[in-house]
Amino acid sequence: MNPIQVFKLSWSSIISHKMRSFLTMLGMIIGVASVIIMVSLMQGMTQEMISSFGSMGVNNVTVTLMGRNGDIIITEKDMYAYAKKHKDTVKAVIPNVAFQTTVKGTADKLEGITVTGVDEKYAALNEKKVEKGSFISYMDVSNLEKTCVIGSYVDLRVFHQKAKVGDILKIDGEAYTIKGILKETANNVEWSDDNCIYIPYTTAARQANIGSITSYFFMAKDTGSVEKVTSDLNDYLYKIYHDKKFYSATNLIDMLKEINMQIGMMTALLAGIAGISLLVAGIGIMNIMLVSVTERTREIGIRKSLGAKKKDIMRQFVMEAGMTSGIGGIAGILLGAFASIQIGKLIGFNAAPSLSVVLVSFGISAGIGILFGYLPANKAAKLNPIEALRSE
Amino acid sequence: MDAAPLIEMIDIQKVYEMGDTQVRANDGITLKIHQGEFVAIVGKSGSGKSTLMNIIGALDTPTSGKYILNGQDVSKMKGDYLAEIRNKMIGFVFQQYNLLPKQNLLENVSLPLLYAGMSEGKRKKRALEVLEKVGIGDKWRNQPNQLSGGQQQRVSIARALAGRPSLILADEPTGALDSRTSREVLDLLKELNREGNTIILITHDNSIAAEAKRVVRIMDGKITFDGKVENYKATIKEGEEEHEPDTGI
Repeated sequence: MNPIQVFKLSWSSIISHKMRSFLTMLGMIIGVASVIIMVSLMQGMTQEMISSFGSMGVNNVTVTLMGRNGDIIITEKDMYAYAKKHKDTVKAVIPNVAFQTTVKGTADKLEGITVTGVDEKYAALNEKKVEKGSFISYMDVSNLEKTCVIGSYVDLRVFHQKAKVGDILKIDGEAYTIKGILKETANNVEWSDDNCIYIPYTTAARQANIGSITSYFFMAKDTGSVEKVTSDLNDYLYKIYHDKKFYSATNLIDMLKEINMQIGMMTALLAGIAGISLLVAGIGIMNIMLVSVTERTREIGIRKSLGAKKKDIMRQFVMEAGMTSGIGGIAGILLGAFASIQIGKLIGFNAAPSLSVVLVSFGISAGIGILFGYLPANKAAKLNPIEALRSE
Repeated sequence: MDAAPLIEMIDIQKVYEMGDTQVRANDGITLKIHQGEFVAIVGKSGSGKSTLMNIIGALDTPTSGKYILNGQDVSKMKGDYLAEIRNKMIGFVFQQYNLLPKQNLLENVSLPLLYAGMSEGKRKKRALEVLEKVGIGDKWRNQPNQLSGGQQQRVSIARALAGRPSLILADEPTGALDSRTSREVLDLLKELNREGNTIILITHDNSIAAEAKRVVRIMDGKITFDGKVENYKATIKEGEEEHEPDTGI
């Protein structure tokens, strides 16, 4: 018999016992669906985390200077010069001066808000769009102007959306002139980018009583050059300080790798637990097939008396088990994909299963069917035709 | 007779171990059957006729002795080789018809052809041809349980014919039928014999055996009569009436 004939034979056997076939498949459906849901949700979550890391700046290398005996040595001019010299890998350097404080506007005050010191290039580099007015300029930075740019959330909370360019915002009691208001990006929620205040970094350093700037963000050209930028900076800083304890240059890539690994382990664990249900489903298929062989002893006898060889019977039963679990697998994939997309929508991220997950699940389910179908099929193939014909 | 026999059995022994005792189901059977014969093998239940049928039908092999079917020594064959012999050379007709209940008549009749590796188109054509021949070609879509016993037995005869076997082996083919349908089935077998098919009929019933051309009687694993049906009828009239309900295969 060729494979197509075996396929047809098994198919007709499956559809002539619809209820039993469905119940046998049920275990496989649930097993595969749960694997798909688990893996897809974990992958969706990972994607979500990675992209939010991206907005936090995976391309950034953070340099922190502790200074030798309180002497920082390096100034922002040195850092700017360094960035210029390495412009093949470094996109920009931004002095990092940030402090938390209380601000007060015309309508209300806001406590515990982060005020970030920036230079004139910050808006372009971080894709900040100014809705009204303009961003901090080079002159503001060099003249230590008391100007600020506020996010739309600050406008909402402190000015009740009535802020105009030229209004006064009190930062820690000091009066700053509003130069620009940023475009809303994330529905004005508190923990989004809309909750921000930017002032010239020089002004910020003075306001926060920082003599020298001790922290910088180096933006790498792309994610691929982050590690090169990090090692270059480490080399450069070592030449100046001769000791690693006086400085640090780190990036988020290593952290991301660590997180990826952790999530991978968790995914494997969850998939493993769900995988146990696949094993149980396989055993279920084996049980039903064993019962089916006993039930169909006479059929097997008839087939053998008409000239069916061992391998014909074997193939029929293995194919039947494989198809039962394969069909169950496909149903499980559809159910799992539907469920994970819906759950993803509910939570708020994309959890559509990837092609590899779908293919692997299908392969495993069909494989389990064949594996667990083997024993019953072998039992059927070994039946003595005379005894099989005599059974009722 | 000059032509080589279709079946040649030489000193067939079949011994079953039943605990400590040995049961000689067939005890030195020597038998020749030629192409085109219609032979009834008759015997009471327990006489060894079923064992003989299993050996002739390549469902089983003898403990010792030689069985040559169509020039091939079948007596030492195993598993799949026997399956091949059954598929190519033997058409079975069983008392209980042994049709697959969930398949239609066409699929049932095609089954031996399927295992012979014939293509679907050819299978269908041949199956319809033989169903036509036994007179139920119009019912090929039906399932066996939609048919009467006699019709089901016709289907099983069609199935036996499908693979153009050398030999049709009918095991109590009328055992489950009333006398009128029994008549029809026997007439069909006779007709097939007239067309040149070799038929071996296994039965416990002398009146059925009398329908054949030649009778072989088995008793306690041995052949006690082998000859023309006319002679056999004569021996029965002498007195020893063998009539006893059979329990099946």
